[in-house]
Amino acid sequence: MSDSKKLIVAVAGQPNSGKSTIFNMLTGARQHVANYPGVTVEKKTGSFRLKEDRVELIDLPGTHSLTSYTQEERIARDFLLNERPAVVVNVVDASNLERNLYLTFQLAEMEIPLVVNLNMMDVAEKRGQKIDIENLSRQLGAPVVPTVGNRGKGKKELKEAILATSKEQQATSFQIDYGETLEPALNSLEKVLSEDTGFSARYPLRWLAVKLMENDKEAQRLVREYSKKSGIILRLAEEKREAFARDQGGSPEKIIAVRRHQEAQRIVETCVTCRKDIPGTLTDRIDQVVCNRYMGPIILAATIYLIYELAIVQGYNITAYTWPVLAWSRDLIASLLPSEGFISDPFFRSMPLWVTDGTIAVLNYVPIFLILFALIAILEDTGYMARMAFILDRIFRYFGLHGQSVLPMVIGGLYVGGCAIPGVMACRAMKDEKARIATIMIVPLMNCLAKVPFYVLLIGIFFTAYKGVTMFFIATITIIIALSVAKILSLTVLRKKESAPFVMDMPPYHLPTIRGVLGRCLERTWLFVKKIITIVIVVSVIVYVLIYFPGISKERKSCYMNQADQAIQTFFKKIGKDNPYAPLLAGDKSTSFATYWGDYKKARMGAKGKEAKESIDQNFREKNFEFFKIVKRGKYTVEGKAIKDKYAARIYKAYKKLDKKRNRLRREQKEETIINSFMGRAGRFMEPLTKWAGFNWRINIALMSAFAAKESSVATLGGIYQSRPGEKEETLEKRMKEKEKGWTALHVLAIMLFMAMYPPCIPTLLMVRLETGSTKWMLFATFYPIVLGIIIAVLVFTGGNLLGLSGMQAMIAFYILALIFLVLMGLIKEEPEFT
Amino acid sequence: MTLDAMKPGQECEILDITAEGIVGQRLMDMGFIPGARVKMVRNAPLVDPVEFLMKGCHISLRHSEAKKVEVKPL
Repeated sequence: MSDSKKLIVAVAGQPNSGKSTIFNMLTGARQHVANYPGVTVEKKTGSFRLKEDRVELIDLPGTHSLTSYTQEERIARDFLLNERPAVVVNVVDASNLERNLYLTFQLAEMEIPLVVNLNMMDVAEKRGQKIDIENLSRQLGAPVVPTVGNRGKGKKELKEAILATSKEQQATSFQIDYGETLEPALNSLEKVLSEDTGFSARYPLRWLAVKLMENDKEAQRLVREYSKKSGIILRLAEEKREAFARDQGGSPEKIIAVRRHQEAQRIVETCVTCRKDIPGTLTDRIDQVVCNRYMGPIILAATIYLIYELAIVQGYNITAYTWPVLAWSRDLIASLLPSEGFISDPFFRSMPLWVTDGTIAVLNYVPIFLILFALIAILEDTGYMARMAFILDRIFRYFGLHGQSVLPMVIGGLYVGGCAIPGVMACRAMKDEKARIATIMIVPLMNCLAKVPFYVLLIGIFFTAYKGVTMFFIATITIIIALSVAKILSLTVLRKKESAPFVMDMPPYHLPTIRGVLGRCLERTWLFVKKIITIVIVVSVIVYVLIYFPGISKERKSCYMNQADQAIQTFFKKIGKDNPYAPLLAGDKSTSFATYWGDYKKARMGAKGKEAKESIDQNFREKNFEFFKIVKRGKYTVEGKAIKDKYAARIYKAYKKLDKKRNRLRREQKEETIINSFMGRAGRFMEPLTKWAGFNWRINIALMSAFAAKESSVATLGGIYQSRPGEKEETLEKRMKEKEKGWTALHVLAIMLFMAMYPPCIPTLLMVRLETGSTKWMLFATFYPIVLGIIIAVLVFTGGNLLGLSGMQAMIAFYILALIFLVLMGLIKEEPEFT
Repeated sequence: MTLDAMKPGQECEILDITAEGIVGQRLMDMGFIPGARVKMVRNAPLVDPVEFLMKGCHISLRHSEAKKVEVKPL
């Protein structure tokens, strides 16, 4: 192993050439996904053995060309230029040779040993194309290997060609003749470039000369930074460009592009014999329906609905099956931790459990992610994604977005219920950087699954008569606001961001392969889980500290302890000294009984039907028969004989009281702890300010705790709105209504709107950081929704109060206002500026 | 005339690309060069963008981009 050489091999190709299939074919499962440094473009590497060498394969971004205008092209080009791979494998769609050769020529110009891989040979054959491979290889001056990537055909030959080419280390001799108008200029530039020998040893000179004539900014930068003669070179290039434009009446890049296309056409004419121009007839027929003026939008809406239904609704249903597994693992962790105390748990129990709860809350969504990612992969592979962008671009462009923005928004929860994490991840496919960042910024404004329980809770209390309307309001107002926000962002902070022309390929439809779809869906899910979990753990520890520390005073603590002790003494007094079960419950043993008691109650609560209950009883009976007698209130059977055990019955009665008292003490202590905590103090501190939005300190705490994960907002509310001592245990709805008698529908409307604008949860923020490659954007995504939410909440609450509006009136007024604003924003013209 | 004025089903030959910079380069990279033949296939349901067929490939452009391509109807 140690003396084997490491060969670096790059895979380049145009989009839809089957590049990733070839990459998978060569490397198999041994792949690693990361990002190119400093950018958000995925970098896939894999390795395989080739005789005695180890090959490291790098998948370059799929590009049509190698200019410096787009990030992908710059990355591919910089990699070839700076890493100088031993071989570059150019994956070419054999059925579309002419167009693909355009990139091949540019790769050849970079003077890296080239292997041309004619992929999708089966498609070419199906279209009646016959390719003279030998002739093509001779003309290109590089080995040409035909493959059918998705069937693994040609794998061995391709590997052999890579090996042979790497041994020769000979760049192709192929050169495009740019014609008598341009060649002299190229020659003189090459000559000046070669004068600095240090520089000329590092870079392919003809390539540089061509790029300088194309007025390529990156090539100019290279010269400026690394050549001693940069002044002369750049001046000469400028002169030559001007002279060319004067004499030819056009820019050199035009003639360069024309010559490349002409050359591609010439080669195809000499190497390919076919019945021409019949490809894509099926695609044409599908498109006649799918892109049709009337059918198109209907099919699109149906597709979006299907994605929503399958991933969000059905995926959520699946979580009902996966949840028990997670719950089981939580119980397992709980059983390994120090056992719980009578009225307060040790730190090393409550903290790890808190973290576990936060983690499994995120893991719970994994089924949704799996389905979503699989569906996205299918959309990409079939070619429908491009059609979605085609149909919707017009609407989204009004707001500084792109046709491709729709998918991330659907996933994020365009209607109700989605998840911002995969939503942000789905933005990766967007080429237009400006629209991409704008989309990433607004996806978290959609209504994710975790916001829904909060809405349902509040609507259930204060909008009972208008449940459906209110839900519709919340679901659609977020879209209206998000689109306006996108436009504002693109007019302000995003003004200077790189935008891209729309110019988009509409690839022929084709059936996705199971392997391709599954592979990508598993890969993305795994990436997500790996990245998110570690951070969620760290963050939930911090939130735990904020919610539970500094805790309550010693006096208060001992006050609770005294109450607990009293309750225990009462318990023992009640059951009597002579009770034979008393020793079972004394001292340390009481904890194991408490656990048994709790487990039994929980098990019985979840059990449906008589049989299930009986089997639970059987189970617990075997676990501990003495305890069993107690939880059965002294009624049990021994060898078929029914027994009434009055001692056990007495214990049951007394313990039930004790348990109730214990739970109340625990709750009261917890409530006091939260109120006294850092977050509780912050909540109260902010009340004078937030009261203008209608939030009191309790809501402040709930809203702040939602930051870790929005699911926890309802749980925190549950913790804050405790039942009064001695009262019957009521639902959270009733408890809230009881405690917030002064609330009007306006309060609730303001709270719901704030929740709708709520900043992204931590995992989403991490994804934002990952996808934008910038901490600044992450911070922006955190703070702008808070500001926006407060403005909206104050507007609705204080404004509504001043005008004396009811909740419904305020809702309608705000809706109309937002709609007008949206239309105004849409009308602002924004001409794309391209550098 | 320019490419954006074409009607569905109409064919034309490209005379010149008037776009500079990234739009021009991207159009030329995709094969929109003088001499190339293009067929207008259809407008999107909301009119923009517009889909073209060129050498068996379907490519969509926004009208604002197609406006930068001078053509001669065939």
